[in-house]
Amino acid sequence: MLIDLQGYGWMLWQGLGVTLAVGVCSFVITICLGLIGAWGKLSGNPVAHAVAATYTTVIRGVPELLLLLIIFYGTPTLVQNIGSSYGYDFIIDFNPFIAGVWTLGFIYGAFATEVFRGAVLAVPVGQMEAARSVGMSHLLAFRRILLPQVWRFALPGLGNVWLVLTKATALVSVIQLDELMRMAFIGVGATKLPFSFYFCAALMYLGITFVSMQGQQRLESWANRGVRRA
Amino acid sequence: MDFQIIVDSMPRLIEGFWLTIELSAIALMIGFVAAVPLAIMRLSSNPFMWMPVYGFIYFFRGTPLLVQIFLIYYGSGQFRLYLDDVGLWSLFREAYFCGLLTITLNTAAYTAEIFRGGIQGVAHGEVEAARSCGMSGWLLYRRIILPKALRLALPAYSNEVVFLFQSTSLVSIITLLDLTGVARIVVARSFAVYEIYITAGLMYLVVTYLFLGVFRQVEHRLSGHLRERPDARVTGTKPDIKVPDMEPGLQVR
Repeated sequence: MLIDLQGYGWMLWQGLGVTLAVGVCSFVITICLGLIGAWGKLSGNPVAHAVAATYTTVIRGVPELLLLLIIFYGTPTLVQNIGSSYGYDFIIDFNPFIAGVWTLGFIYGAFATEVFRGAVLAVPVGQMEAARSVGMSHLLAFRRILLPQVWRFALPGLGNVWLVLTKATALVSVIQLDELMRMAFIGVGATKLPFSFYFCAALMYLGITFVSMQGQQRLESWANRGVRRA
Repeated sequence: MDFQIIVDSMPRLIEGFWLTIELSAIALMIGFVAAVPLAIMRLSSNPFMWMPVYGFIYFFRGTPLLVQIFLIYYGSGQFRLYLDDVGLWSLFREAYFCGLLTITLNTAAYTAEIFRGGIQGVAHGEVEAARSCGMSGWLLYRRIILPKALRLALPAYSNEVVFLFQSTSLVSIITLLDLTGVARIVVARSFAVYEIYITAGLMYLVVTYLFLGVFRQVEHRLSGHLRERPDARVTGTKPDIKVPDMEPGLQVR
């Protein structure tokens, strides 16, 4: 154990684990919502397009912290109010982990939507036409032709979304989830060493960034292994 | 929806909104001025120049803004005795100063990285041509590289402006009463959770897209020389030397 901090260092490591768990879980949701959103934006369906366009416009125009507060505190109140107006009285308590994961996934899904949309548009139209003309169904052509290529075009953008998302997990400490920032906060309360704790937390975030960037480079060179370079 | 509470708390929300604008404007101005020399230092071949700047940029881009704010606001308390000795404690005691300092440093780092990309994007030929005319050092930067680099960096910079504007909401966590801070207090007292938060969210939304609209106009104006001329598009032939007298904003993109 490199970081001791008067015996409270282990708390930071524990917090780091929660931070990574929140990051990975919300990234899975981000990717799913991004794919659905990109489908909505590119499909001819006007309703799906309007929903997806509103989603990305609103999410990208409002600060993450405010969205987190709206979703975490607003949703239960809204549901309770609707319930009580129909004569049902109940209290909803969000689990901070699930609320944080869903909120972050929901926010960064909007950014992923744009990434996937750009990636789909980067695949030449002729390839899909060719696939259709040899008799592949829409779904088969999507799976065999589009998806493998979209993946490659989307990687740099997705890597960026992941980097921003892992940093945004710090905001989840506001809703009392015991991730890295909140563990540091608790440690500071006990030891009165704010700089040491927050600096160690900062180094851990830097570590996540560093490892992620290395991983992204590997993934990109793997995804581009069949592409000729000038 | 209880609209009365929105109307009643509007004056306070607007007060918070001005603090948000004030923090963003000051941070952006200082950040912009600091970012130009930082970007130039980052590209220097002297390791004593580029290594500290590289570290500064890496740290501020690689860690969450919330950690940076806590590090400066709460972290300075650990050095209270030293800060007292040099007379800086009265500054670091204030949430306003710490919040502003952090977001300024943060935007300086992000902007420096954006400008670095812009400077590297300037065509080699233009720099060589300027050198062959005898320009060097500061003159070369002032006349050729910086105007071109800033133009190239504009789209990325407009994104940074919007992100910074939104991330000022984090100062509400260290008790500052910006738009988010005021909204949180009003909500804590009135329990009108979604009315107030959604109103505040709409205020952020409107300003964000206003910014983006203005930047798009500026970009459009600055790229007039790169667009096809209207008559060239119709006839498909090379136009006369005479440039049609049109308002740039009205041209087809």
